[in-house]
Amino acid sequence: MRTWAIIERELRRFRRSPTLIAMSLMMPVMQLVILGYAFGGNVKHLQVGVVDHDRGVPALRIRELAQAVASGANTFDTIVYADEGRAMRDLRDGRLNGVLTIPPDYSRRTLAGESPSVALIEDNSDNFVTATLAGIVGNVIGQVGRPAVSPRMSSQPTLDVVEVYPYVPYIQYLLPGSIVMSIFMMVMIGGGIIFIDDKARGLHEGYLVTPITKLELIAGFNLSGTIKAVIAGAVLMTVGSVIAGIPDPFAPMRLIRLLIVIIITAFALISLMFLLMVRVTDPLVPRATFGVLNTLLYFPSGAVYPQQGFPAWMQVIAKVDPFTYSVHAFKCLLLKNTGFGAIAGDLAYLVIFATVAMTLATWLFRRTL
Amino acid sequence: MVAIDVRGLVKQFGDFTAVKGVSFAVEQGEVFGLLGPNGAGKSTLIRMLTTLIVPTAGSATVSGCDIAKDPDGVRRAIGVIPQAMTSDLDLTVEENLLIYAKLHQVPRDRRNKLIPELLASVELSEWSNKLVKNLSGGMRRRVEIARGLVHEPRVFFLDEPTTGLDPVSRVAVWEMLQKIRQERSLTILVTTHYMDEADRLCDRIAIVDHGELKALDSPAMLKASIAGRNMLEVSFSSVPDGWEARLAALRGVSTVSRHDVVFRLDSDDGPGTTQALVDAVREAGISMHSLSVQSTTLDDVFVHYAGRNLRDALQAAAPRDFSFGRR
Repeated sequence: MRTWAIIERELRRFRRSPTLIAMSLMMPVMQLVILGYAFGGNVKHLQVGVVDHDRGVPALRIRELAQAVASGANTFDTIVYADEGRAMRDLRDGRLNGVLTIPPDYSRRTLAGESPSVALIEDNSDNFVTATLAGIVGNVIGQVGRPAVSPRMSSQPTLDVVEVYPYVPYIQYLLPGSIVMSIFMMVMIGGGIIFIDDKARGLHEGYLVTPITKLELIAGFNLSGTIKAVIAGAVLMTVGSVIAGIPDPFAPMRLIRLLIVIIITAFALISLMFLLMVRVTDPLVPRATFGVLNTLLYFPSGAVYPQQGFPAWMQVIAKVDPFTYSVHAFKCLLLKNTGFGAIAGDLAYLVIFATVAMTLATWLFRRTL
Repeated sequence: MVAIDVRGLVKQFGDFTAVKGVSFAVEQGEVFGLLGPNGAGKSTLIRMLTTLIVPTAGSATVSGCDIAKDPDGVRRAIGVIPQAMTSDLDLTVEENLLIYAKLHQVPRDRRNKLIPELLASVELSEWSNKLVKNLSGGMRRRVEIARGLVHEPRVFFLDEPTTGLDPVSRVAVWEMLQKIRQERSLTILVTTHYMDEADRLCDRIAIVDHGELKALDSPAMLKASIAGRNMLEVSFSSVPDGWEARLAALRGVSTVSRHDVVFRLDSDDGPGTTQALVDAVREAGISMHSLSVQSTTLDDVFVHYAGRNLRDALQAAAPRDFSFGRR
């Protein structure tokens, strides 16, 4: 009953703090929308200068293919330069993203059956643009050598790609991380910051002079924190699914599975927070920790970028990061609509993580000042 | 019957000893004051008695329960108003009381009867549904007093209950405490650095300084325990030559000082000095513009026992109690 008194108190305060609710949901929603649309689209209208020193028919074929890309996919626009020096100046001044140079002997070498080459000079200050441009121009050049009519019997193997799931736009890829982020925000604000502020204001003294036991106190703090975080996670899951266009977002069984992942994630993160804050008294500490934890837990989790691309040291962080397992579980449920079998390992890790963190925090918690 | 029995309590924080072997007993139904400047050890003492911190040495019982061996027994018997305002700003007045009644497991029927009674006692009935953040400091203190009584404790601890309040709110809190004391059979231990508060509220006062108990008695007996001292402040229509020496020679006068037109006379015999002063004025053919005679105050008592002025001690003391810094 005493535990419920603490939970009741926290939830009454929570109900009267619309700012807290808004703040804990605003950042993940904004992140989902802004990052989802910023990173999710294809690059278009890159500026490519074309300098044709050759002017022969084979060189014209390259210019035609480049023009076809410019008119169709709009990945880049071509600008023809007569003067290579001027094109290079424009490249260095940022007016061009790349310069495609066709050398004077290109047609001769093509017709002689030699291996002619063309040059793509790129502004490599933006890796993403560089890679995109190199890929597209590479495809264009690759098509130049192909015969106009395909042979009846091709000796080259071809690759047919079969996608198991419907197309996943980047905003959907981001959604699992945003849900975990909303849970974390609520844990951080509603759990960490308010917990330490209450302690600094002396509110905990009020609890400590009642006959409440240590376990009742800890249960009260953590269950109330978990309930608040579950509410935040559930709201973001619902709103985020609609914004990101998740197919059939309210299928009952999937909702139940998602809710279970939200509850376990909330409990794991509140346990982590309680462990970090159990001996803290300075209200500045949770605020200072906020940004560090946000970066340390969110980005290595695979929420925004595949973990396979991480260096070895970062993969170690990703392995112990509870976000990793929550994000993976949400990806399975939201993007693949899997059952519990696919996420059993994630849930097991989160439960073990929460148990260890809560046990340590309980051991460190002091019933006196 | 003894409600609080303190025997040689000591509290050390590292090399610093905040409370140095303090002993005293508080009778049931008594209002007992701990008077001293900030940093004297009052809050540390009250925190040990309310089980918030563990003593380094010594023992104490509160309502018959040992603070070290039966802290839950102590917690069931006590109500505590900490120094800081700890009411929940985002809850209503009534909700603040309700949550604490639940924390103390007060049965529903009992709390439904008790909460309105307590709100009436502290004159906050019409504010019961208002959020605490909308109340003044004095009203919030009254909420906390009601909250501390919601489980009908036998012993009530108040740690500087009027610190930070304006003079009107302070008087309101005093009146509230006196009223509650009359209505309920409560033992009250209150810490304060306001001498007028201790004088007005307490049956007995313990003067505490540097973690030690310097004196313990009723306010009247404490004042009587030092040689009768009065201070006369007087101004005259004119000041004849050699007048300051003439005043110094009056009956009972120990020192004379002049502050602009006002002469200040310290006397061991207020009535005798006043009579002699009236005679001297008549003989000199002048008249008095103003005269005030002040009796012995608890400040005098504090100076006598602690060897320094309480106001000076307050200014010299750290702004926060030491134990706060150690948390």
